[in-house]
Amino acid sequence: MKRNTVLTIAGLLVFVTAVGLADAVLGRFTVRILNLSAIYIILALSLNLLNGFTGLFSLGHAGFMAVGAYVSALLTMSPTQKEMNFFLEPIVPILAKIQLPFPIALIIAGLCAALAAVLIGVPALRLRDDYLAIATLGFAEIIRVIITNIQSVSNGAQGLKAIPKFSTTWVVWICAAIAVVFMLALVRSSYGRTMKAVRDDEIAAEAMGIDVFKVKSTSFVISSFMAGIGGALLGHLITTIDPKMFTLMLTFNILLIVVLGGNGSITGSVLGAIIVTVLMEALRFLDMPMNLLFFKTNGLPGLRMVIFSILLMIVVLYRQRGLMGNKEFSWDGVLGIFRRNKSAGNGGRP
Amino acid sequence: MELSTFFQQLTNALSLGSLYALIAIGYTMVYGILRLINFAHGDVFMLGAYFAFYAVTALAMPWWIAFVVALGLTAAFGMGLERVAYRPLRDSPKISVMISAIGASFLIENVGIVLFGGRPKSFPSIPLFDTVVHFGSVSMLSVSLFIPVITAVVLAVLLWIVHGTKTGLAMRAVSTDLDAARLMAIDVNKTISLTFGIGSLLAGVGGIMWTMKYPQLNPLMGVMPGLKCFIAAVIGGIGNIQGAVLGGFLLGIIEIMIVAFLPELTGYRDAFAFVLLIIVLLVKPAGLLGKNQTVKV
Repeated sequence: MKRNTVLTIAGLLVFVTAVGLADAVLGRFTVRILNLSAIYIILALSLNLLNGFTGLFSLGHAGFMAVGAYVSALLTMSPTQKEMNFFLEPIVPILAKIQLPFPIALIIAGLCAALAAVLIGVPALRLRDDYLAIATLGFAEIIRVIITNIQSVSNGAQGLKAIPKFSTTWVVWICAAIAVVFMLALVRSSYGRTMKAVRDDEIAAEAMGIDVFKVKSTSFVISSFMAGIGGALLGHLITTIDPKMFTLMLTFNILLIVVLGGNGSITGSVLGAIIVTVLMEALRFLDMPMNLLFFKTNGLPGLRMVIFSILLMIVVLYRQRGLMGNKEFSWDGVLGIFRRNKSAGNGGRP
Repeated sequence: MELSTFFQQLTNALSLGSLYALIAIGYTMVYGILRLINFAHGDVFMLGAYFAFYAVTALAMPWWIAFVVALGLTAAFGMGLERVAYRPLRDSPKISVMISAIGASFLIENVGIVLFGGRPKSFPSIPLFDTVVHFGSVSMLSVSLFIPVITAVVLAVLLWIVHGTKTGLAMRAVSTDLDAARLMAIDVNKTISLTFGIGSLLAGVGGIMWTMKYPQLNPLMGVMPGLKCFIAAVIGGIGNIQGAVLGGFLLGIIEIMIVAFLPELTGYRDAFAFVLLIIVLLVKPAGLLGKNQTVKV
């Protein structure tokens, strides 16, 4: 066997053992944060597919996540739970009785988000750059307003509580792994190449016989499918959802991950998702009352987000390529770094 | 609906439309020059309101001095924003600049939350703007009458600056062709900076007027008006000042009138602007007053 294959298998084994042991070894809080970062990996990859690989700047991610989260939650909650949730106005009869197994509900959630993307993509993808950004943002906002207003389907502003907690460590990390493998396969396929061609030069791509609109809409629909799955998993992890969760702020968090990790790098999105999610939690103390040496702050909610906004600005202004640029992880690359260090250690001789 | 209610709604619509128009102009001017959506414009609007609030409450200034000071600060802030967040990226890809704009917007909002507190504040009452005026059976706050008048005055001054002065000529030159303008010895950086200053000043006027009419301040108050006014600018034809005014009024009137005539749609109020945007973009992508541009390969 080749060295790289051995290393990959070893890496996979480490990953599987780590996921298997996580629940037993780590505390509940730590596991929850790690699982959250797995969901953010899926979401970041889906935004990166649009933003980094197809060159479509979309700000509508939160909308598709909302669709996924609501569909999956409504399909998996038991009739009694639904009755308890919908106390202001009874739920529509079709939804009241239905209860599907989680995997099927998850797939349907993704498909519903993809369907929304088809409906939205047809008009929106005719637009470019900033117009596309503002139109997708508009659609996400419309989705949110609709969800807030259809009381008998979504329970309106009250949101849904006591969603079954199906997002276990295994589930989220397997989903994240599938997303990574799928993205790797996609960007290396001929589809992926056409996407990159559209990103780099739309007119040239069109001249080469690529159906630009089709490529764009395929990418948009796939990305939304993933966003829907991610949203559904998020709902099943934190077990409550309401329309206020799915604002531009959420899209911004995902965008931060993509930009920080490197626009157009799968490795970057994975690393970015883990780093940002862990930092978000680690910096939570900033919002709490602090006792610095000379002065006391009595809790500044929002300081954490200030740090993250500054971080994003610094990355955009001084290191536009982000953590990874558009490079990917490879064993040769990692081993290359060690080798270079070693050769530097003995005076540069090989 | 009774005629008096209709007139009541019409004044509301006109004052809301004027506010939208004032903010939309800032978007359109910046977009005209830099081809950039200044996502932070709505937050500059919010800052204008807060500057006025603190000048009146914490510094105990008389309101008219406070307003002038607040407007100066807002304009200066807009120029500073351009310097820090946009100028270093002038030759970067569009997506980077847009991410920077979004980042700046979130930074301002979050700093606002930290400094001003997340709890809404209410603006102290100013008698001149707070009296109730009666016209027959129609009664309204005096500020609803002041807003369209002030907007008209500001607009006249702005149009004079843009079309009647050398600075305005420079602005128009830069927006037509930045590089050619530089070759004609126009100080491009100064012109852009000034454009941001004027745009932010108008946002400041809008912000102060807004708090006179809806006297609640919170650090996120700029988000929705910001988005809607960008939409207004696009509807009117972005890059075109008259278009922004038209779009602003159109949006204000549609929003108020739909809620007035079809009260069952009140919950969907925030979605009207976006629906309108999408219709306009599909039917007339350059906006109502915009010129269609063909892109050369």
